[in-house]
Amino acid sequence: MKSTMKAFAAVILVAVSAPLAWAQAVIEIEPGEGVQEALQEALIMAEPGSVIELKAGRYEFTGALSLDVANITVRGAGMDATVLSFAGQTTGSEGLLITAGGAHIEALAVEDTPGDGIKAKGVDTVTFKDVRVEWTRGPNAENGAYGLYPVESKNVLIDGCVVKGASDAGIYVGQSQQIIVRNSRAELNVAGIEIENSYFADVYNNVATHNTGGILVFDLPNLPQMGGHSVKVYDNKVVANDTPNFAPPGNIVATVPMGTGIMVMANREVEIYENELSDNASTNILLVAYPREYNDPTYNPLPRAIYVHDNKHGNAGFAPDQAVKELIEPLTGSPVPHIVWDGAVDGVWAAFFGPSEENAIYIKEPEGTTFANLQFVKDMILPWGASVDTDIEDYAGELPSRAAVKLPQEQ
Amino acid sequence: MFRRVLSGFAVSLASLCAITVPLWAEINDTALMNARPAKLLSEYGLFTDYANQMPAEGVVPYALVTPLFTDYAHKYRFIYVPKGQKASYDATEVMDFPVGSVLVKTFAYPADFRAPERDVHIIETRLLIRQEKGWNAWAYVYDDALKDAVLKVAGKTLPVNWVDETGTARSTNYVVPNKNQCKGCHTFDKAFSPIGPKARNLNMEYPYASGAENQLAHLSRVGVLEGAPSPEDAPRVPDYLDASAPLDARARAYLDVNCAHCHRLEGPASTSGLFLTWDEANKTQWGYKKRPVAAGRGSGGLEYDIMPGEPENSILLYRMQSLDPGVMMPEVGRTMVHDEGIALLKEWIASIE
Repeated sequence: MKSTMKAFAAVILVAVSAPLAWAQAVIEIEPGEGVQEALQEALIMAEPGSVIELKAGRYEFTGALSLDVANITVRGAGMDATVLSFAGQTTGSEGLLITAGGAHIEALAVEDTPGDGIKAKGVDTVTFKDVRVEWTRGPNAENGAYGLYPVESKNVLIDGCVVKGASDAGIYVGQSQQIIVRNSRAELNVAGIEIENSYFADVYNNVATHNTGGILVFDLPNLPQMGGHSVKVYDNKVVANDTPNFAPPGNIVATVPMGTGIMVMANREVEIYENELSDNASTNILLVAYPREYNDPTYNPLPRAIYVHDNKHGNAGFAPDQAVKELIEPLTGSPVPHIVWDGAVDGVWAAFFGPSEENAIYIKEPEGTTFANLQFVKDMILPWGASVDTDIEDYAGELPSRAAVKLPQEQ
Repeated sequence: MFRRVLSGFAVSLASLCAITVPLWAEINDTALMNARPAKLLSEYGLFTDYANQMPAEGVVPYALVTPLFTDYAHKYRFIYVPKGQKASYDATEVMDFPVGSVLVKTFAYPADFRAPERDVHIIETRLLIRQEKGWNAWAYVYDDALKDAVLKVAGKTLPVNWVDETGTARSTNYVVPNKNQCKGCHTFDKAFSPIGPKARNLNMEYPYASGAENQLAHLSRVGVLEGAPSPEDAPRVPDYLDASAPLDARARAYLDVNCAHCHRLEGPASTSGLFLTWDEANKTQWGYKKRPVAAGRGSGGLEYDIMPGEPENSILLYRMQSLDPGVMMPEVGRTMVHDEGIALLKEWIASIE
């Protein structure tokens, strides 16, 4: 009984604006005993349009929280002031699961979830602003996989967020459409920021540092949404990604070499420009085909229509890891060039004459940028093999730049 | 063992009917259709004697051929369709219930599973109510002082203990779900949806008070269900424990009811690409040499959901044997490992080539 009383004491209902006193309220929550039940009850009973305010302090949760009401704002007092700790979580596979649209999560932190931090599944319009998700012990294979995890969603905005310590990807957007990831910081994750099987994503003005790989743009087979395309990665600082890969084996992210800046696997129409890339020990930009066997006839494993231009390259390729060390360095020598393309193309014609214009890889970088096309397919076809093509001028050209993603929550 | 319990109740029903005055003889349809739930389960009038799980008139008991595992809890299931209305038969998905219908499920633990009619400790009753705007779900936790069940919006965790069929004392911290957790599994195309009453899992004999009868036939006969074919022409899954049934069918029946509500294209785990419905024919989709997508450390360092012939190298089994919240499958709904289910799946995966 006592804890129930305290739980209700922790909830102060403040009605906002007549005429309907019980609609669109501001619900205030404080840390303390019974907050798991109090906050979960608020998340269930809130009317659409309400704001749930989490006062500054440290909150302890033993179970997952879930939000299934539309247009709810959950707002803390700041990403270092309002801290939701899931270090004692015994049930539930994420800290917070959102399954209704119009969600706005702001100014709070989620720490030490055994599973994922905050997941939004199948929602239309979700915003994470000034949110921190962190595994406080640092990189560890036992940490949860994803920090911020919108999936199968559209109109996704991740702005000013910080994610640290994820054992897969810190900021991960999967099978979604119309996405902006900006002004955020990804540090000490295996993959800092990952856009996977998604369409129309603008990833800009972020810092990806001290991850295993900075920014990944992947497309995988056998999933409901495939054919990832139309991704712009620009104005990011992708530097010193020097954390050894601590992902559990079996996941594709476990194959990301330590010291990879930006990696594109499959996908079409990806533009990578005006980024600052340096101190990535494997390579700054890696463009590859999906490396594993697959049996999905609708899947295209090749990166196509990739336009890389006006990036600033610092030191890279000086201590490669995994596939870059085993397969690429023997071909390119050391240091591994700033930009590496595996040269996987579709068919014999493309192997000798390059992919068609609309599927080609275009590179237009500052003087001094080094490059290698490993010509894997040509190398397999010719009995005497094919050497690496390092002539960056051969790949000059450009592709039109898509208009910026526009999200309804910003209009 | 489950069917013995219900026939025990059938006997006590017959003997008690003569002396018990029902407290709530009328089902409160108005209360059921209200978006705001009742505080006490009794307000709905679904039971004449809740403590003994005796349903009101019009509330029909049922069972499933292969049921969902919930920490070894015994379950008493009931269907209520308002008088004069009927549910429509569906060959592959849940029957189509009309507005006003209720699916009732009471979770209980007999003190000793070897004598399941005695000393039954009721934990909770979950309702799935078909309202105008769609299904709604509420959980009511039994209160022994009130001899009634009280609404628990945010769920509840409570210790339960029992003695199992081997005479071993067992216990766990049982979790009554909150409303969102209900929807976590009970989702079809993002809307609340029942899972259990599908033709293939209803197609069995039940020991009604009026005599044993096939459930599809009985529901049709008493006017609850229309459009059902004869039981021989309806689909049927085997009892997963029936050693005389084909191993593959038993395993698929088990995965269908324990996993496929999420693991299907229309379910909450659509993003995984792992689809475990009874009729999923695509090998990669049901997990055969399928690589994980977003399992994280749920992969256990293994490469494939199902590694043919190698249950110990199959992610599916790894996750179903885990109790780590970041790894375990199902994600919610159990706090214990289902030894019998694991044994079945081990045997099945070992037999796959």
